[in-house]
Amino acid sequence: MKRIITAVLTGALAASFVMSASAAETIKIGGIGPITGPAAIYGTNVMHGMEIAVEDVNASNPDLQFELQFEDDEHDPEKSLNAYNTLKDWGMQLLGGTVTTSPCLAVGAEALNDNMLLLTPSASSQDVIDLGDNVFQVCFTDPNQGLASADYIKDQNLGEKIGVIYNSADAYSSGIYSTFMAEAEEIGLEVVAEEAFTDDNSTDLTTQVQSCQNAGADLIFLPIYYTPASQVLIAADKMDYDAKFFGCDGLDGLLTVEGFDTALAEGVMLLTPFVASAEDEKTQDFVAKYAEKTGGDVPNQFAADGYDVVGALYAACLEAGVTGDMDPSEVCEAVKAVLTGGEFTFDGLTGEGMTWDASGAVSKAPRGMIIENGEYVSLDA
Amino acid sequence: MQFLGYLISGISLGSVYALIALGYTMVYGIAKMLNFAHGDVIMVGGYMVYFTFCSRGWHPLLAVLFAMAVCTLLGITIERVAYRPLRSAPSLAVLITAIGVSFLLQNSAMLLWKSDPKSFTSIISMDPISIAGGKLSIPAETIVTIVVSVIIMIVLLWFVNKTRIGHAMKAVSEDRGAAQLMGINVNGIISLTFAIGSSLAAVAGALLLSSYPTLVPTTGAMPGIKAFVAAVFGGIGSIPGAFLGGVLLGVIENLSKAYISTQLSDAIVFLVLIIVLLVKPTGLLGKKIAVKV
Amino acid sequence: MAGNNQKKRKKSTKTYILSFALILGFWVVIEILGHMGILSSKILGLLIPICAYAIMAVSLNLVVGFLGELSLGHAAFMLAGATAGVVFYNGAGLNMPQIPRVIITLIIGAAAAGIFGVIVGVPVLRFSGDYLAIVTLAFCQILKNVLSTTYLGVDSGGIHLAFDQSSFRLEPGAKPLIKGAQPISGINKISPDMMISFTVGIALLILTVTFVLNLMNSRAGRAITAIRDDEIAAKSIGINLTRYKLMAFISSAVFAGLAGVIYVLNLSTLDFKKYDYNLSINVLVMVVLGGMGNVPGSIIAAAVLTLLPELLRDFSQYRMFIYSIVLIVIMLFTQAPAFVQLRHRLMAMIRPKKSMPEETVEKADGSYFAEHADRKEDE
Repeated sequence: MKRIITAVLTGALAASFVMSASAAETIKIGGIGPITGPAAIYGTNVMHGMEIAVEDVNASNPDLQFELQFEDDEHDPEKSLNAYNTLKDWGMQLLGGTVTTSPCLAVGAEALNDNMLLLTPSASSQDVIDLGDNVFQVCFTDPNQGLASADYIKDQNLGEKIGVIYNSADAYSSGIYSTFMAEAEEIGLEVVAEEAFTDDNSTDLTTQVQSCQNAGADLIFLPIYYTPASQVLIAADKMDYDAKFFGCDGLDGLLTVEGFDTALAEGVMLLTPFVASAEDEKTQDFVAKYAEKTGGDVPNQFAADGYDVVGALYAACLEAGVTGDMDPSEVCEAVKAVLTGGEFTFDGLTGEGMTWDASGAVSKAPRGMIIENGEYVSLDA
Repeated sequence: MQFLGYLISGISLGSVYALIALGYTMVYGIAKMLNFAHGDVIMVGGYMVYFTFCSRGWHPLLAVLFAMAVCTLLGITIERVAYRPLRSAPSLAVLITAIGVSFLLQNSAMLLWKSDPKSFTSIISMDPISIAGGKLSIPAETIVTIVVSVIIMIVLLWFVNKTRIGHAMKAVSEDRGAAQLMGINVNGIISLTFAIGSSLAAVAGALLLSSYPTLVPTTGAMPGIKAFVAAVFGGIGSIPGAFLGGVLLGVIENLSKAYISTQLSDAIVFLVLIIVLLVKPTGLLGKKIAVKV
Repeated sequence: MAGNNQKKRKKSTKTYILSFALILGFWVVIEILGHMGILSSKILGLLIPICAYAIMAVSLNLVVGFLGELSLGHAAFMLAGATAGVVFYNGAGLNMPQIPRVIITLIIGAAAAGIFGVIVGVPVLRFSGDYLAIVTLAFCQILKNVLSTTYLGVDSGGIHLAFDQSSFRLEPGAKPLIKGAQPISGINKISPDMMISFTVGIALLILTVTFVLNLMNSRAGRAITAIRDDEIAAKSIGINLTRYKLMAFISSAVFAGLAGVIYVLNLSTLDFKKYDYNLSINVLVMVVLGGMGNVPGSIIAAAVLTLLPELLRDFSQYRMFIYSIVLIVIMLFTQAPAFVQLRHRLMAMIRPKKSMPEETVEKADGSYFAEHADRKEDE
C-alpha cells in the first residue's frame, strides 16, 4: 500500500515540479479566500464578486483582459501560503486577496518578498497594511471603524449606557473593539458592559445579552459578523430586552440570512459601505448578476468588496499602461505608483471616489444606515 | 434574581449538551467507539427540520419525525459502510475513520446546502413562562428541552435494563465474543445502537437550533465536542452520567461567563473538568453504574 | 530468546537505515532540484510544513505508538513552543545576528514546550484511555484560550503583562509582542532563501528521529514499551511507571515545541486559533496512517497528508469533500481485516515469497493498540 502511495505521490510531485509559463495577452489576477471550512461564506462571496467583476471589465474594454484564478485557503495561514504559491506557479501578476486577516498576514509577508501587489477585499486589520507598501485594502481598516462608531454614537447621541458584545477570538472583532474602547474613554462615552465570546462558545450568546441587560445598557455595540449578531438579536427578543443595536460593516448580510425574522432587525444601526437593496443602477445590476451566478443568492458586503478589488485593479492597470508581459514586480511598481499618485480615484460598489495613500488604507465615506421596515435607510437623511 | 436567570440559561444549554451526550454515551457503551461524527449527524438533523418545518411549514412533530428517520438511516449507513469493516481493527483506526466521516458530512452539507447561515425558527411556538411577577422569563424551549432530555434518559434506562433487546445490548457491551456465542446478533445490536443514537441526534439538532438558531454546516462540531466532554465528565458509558455531565457543563459554562470572565469561560470549563477527573478519575457517575451501557 | 533478540536488533537497524535514507534522500533530491532552479513555488512552500508535521508526527508517535496513550492535545505543545519562541524572536532577539537568534529561539521554544509538558504530564498521566485523551484536549483548549486573552509588551518602563485589554498600556511607538486574539505578525523567516530554512528543518527532523529511535532502543525505551504492553506486569517487575511515562510525554512535547518554532517562523504569522484539537487530530491521523510505533511511516504519512489537499486543488470547492473520502478509503483499505487479508492474498499472488513476513511485522505493530485497549476495557 505504502509503495502505491509513494508511487502516486512521486508522479504528482514530478508533475508539479514543472512550472507553467505565463501568457502575454492578458493579465493574470489571483484571488485567495476560504471556500471550504467554517469561513467559507466570506470566501465564496468574494470569489463570485470577483468573477462577475472580471466578466464586466473584460466586456468593457477588449484591449485589456483579466484572467482570474481563485484558490481556497480554508481560513488557514498555512493553506493560504500554499494557495499563494500555487497562484505564483500559474503566473499570477496581481493578487486580489486574501479574504480573511490572519491568512493575509502570512501571504502579505511573502508578497512583500516577491514585490507582488496585494489588494485585499476584506482583511481589515491595521497589521495587514503595516506589512509593507505593496499591501492595500478595499475595506475600512478596523481601528477606523471603531473610532468612527464611537464618534458617531456620541455625536448623534444614540445611547447613554453602552454595552459591547464582541468576539475575543477574532482579529476583526477584537480590533474594532479595542479602538472603540479607547475612543469611548477619550470622548466620555459610558461603557457599562464588555461581553466577549469565542468561536468555541458562540453556540449560546444569551448570557452575554443578559449581562448587558443587567448592566442597564440602552445601546449595544456589535462589532461582529452578522451570523452571531442574528443570535444576539433573537436572544434579546426572547428576553424582552428593548435595546438599540449598533454595528459595523460585518452586520451587513443580516437581512439576507435565510429564515431570519427581519422584524427583529428593526432599528438596528450599522456603518456599512455596501447595501444590497440600494436603488442605484450599479448595485442593482450587480445583485442581479450575482443571483444569476449563484442560483438566487443575495451578495453581501464581501461580494461587493471582491467586485471592487477587480474594478480598482483594472482601472489602475489601464491608467498605468500595464501589459501582459510585465512581471509581477513591474506590475506592482506601476500599479502602486498609480494608486498612491494622488490623482487616482475609483467609483465602486462600496464607495464613490475611493482613494488610497501610501499606508495602503482606503479612504471612502462610511454610510450610517438604519433598518426600517426590512430596508436600509440612510441615518443621515 | 439575576443569578437565577443565568442559572436557567445554563440549564437550557446544558440540557442540549445532555441530549447530545446521551447519544454519544450509548454508542460508546455498546460499540466501544468514539463516534466523532455524532455532532455532524445533529447538523444533518437540523437541516432536515429546517427544510421541512421552517421552509415548507410541516407540522413540527412531523418534521422532527422525518429528521429522525433520515438520521437513523444515515447512522445505520455510516456504521455499515465505514465502521463495521473495522470492527476488529485497532480502536484508533475507527476513531480516525469517524473523523473522516465527520469531515465528509460537513463538506457534503457545504456542497449541498451552501455555507451561508440559515436562521432556524423555533419548533416550539409556546410563549415564555414568566415567574416572580414577570421579573424572570423562562423560554419555552428551555423547558421543553429539559423535559425531553429527562424523558429520553428514563426511556433509555428502562429500555436497556428491562427489555430483552436491552439485555442483549448490555451483553454485547460487556463481552462481545460471549454475546455472539450466546446467539445474540452482535451486528444487529450495534446497528440498532447507531439507529437509536442517530435518531436522538435528530431530536437534539431540532432542540439545539430552537434555542440557538444559527444553522451552518459546522453547527454540530463544537456542541459535539462539548457533549463528548460532558459524557466523559459524567462517566462515559453511563446514561444518567451523560445527562448530569451535560447539564453541569452548561451551567458551569454560563455561570463562568456571567461572573468570572466571558473570554476565559472555555478555559474555566475545561479546568473544572480536569479537577473533577483528578478527584474522581472515572467521571461523576462512572463507577456507580457498574454495568456500562 | 536469543534468536528473537537478534531479530529485533536487526529490525531496529533496518528502521534506522530506512528513516535516515528517507530523510536524506528527500533532502538531496530537493537540494539538487532547488539548485537547478526547477522547483515550483508550491513545492518550495510546502517543504517546511512537511518537516514540521513530520516532527510532530514522529514525536506524537512516541506517546501514541510507543507509550500507547491517546493524546488529543499535541497541538498545545506546538503552540507553547511557537509562542515562547516568537516572543523571544520578536522581542529580545530582534537585533541579534540571525544564526544565534534562530538557535536561541529553538532552544526557548523547546524548553517552553517541555515545561508545559511537565505541567500537563503530571496530572494527565494519572489517567489512561479516553480520559487521558479528553484531558489532553482540555489542556490544549485552556492554553489557546488563555493566550488569546494575554497582552504582552516591552517598553522603557519594563515588561508589561495583562490579561485584559483595558489594563494594557504601552508607550507610543512600542510594539506589543502578544495582543490577545489578534494574530502576531511581522515574524521574519529563518532566511529569505527557502533552501536554508529547509536544511534547518531537515536537521531538526534528523535530531528528532535520532532521539526517538535511540530512546526506543535504550533501557528506558524498553521500559516504555513494557508499560504499553502490560502496565501491571511492568509495575510488578519494578519499572517506575510515572518516571518513564513522563519521560516519553515530555520528550514528545519538546519536539513538538521545536516543530512549532520552525512552523511559525516559516509562516510569518502566529494565530492561536489554529492550534486546536483539529490540528492535534490531523497529526494523529498521520501517526495512525503511518503505523503505530513506525517512525519512517509517520514521516511518509506526514508528507502524504500535507501534499494531498494541495494536489486536490483543481477540484476547487470539492477538494475537502474528496479529501475526506480518500481518508476514509485509506483507513478502510489499510486497517480493515477483510481488506488486509485481500491485500495479503494479492501480494502473495504477485510475489509469493517475499511479501508475507514483512506484512506480518507491520500488522503486529498496528495491533498493539487494540490489544492494549481491550485489556483496558476488561479491567
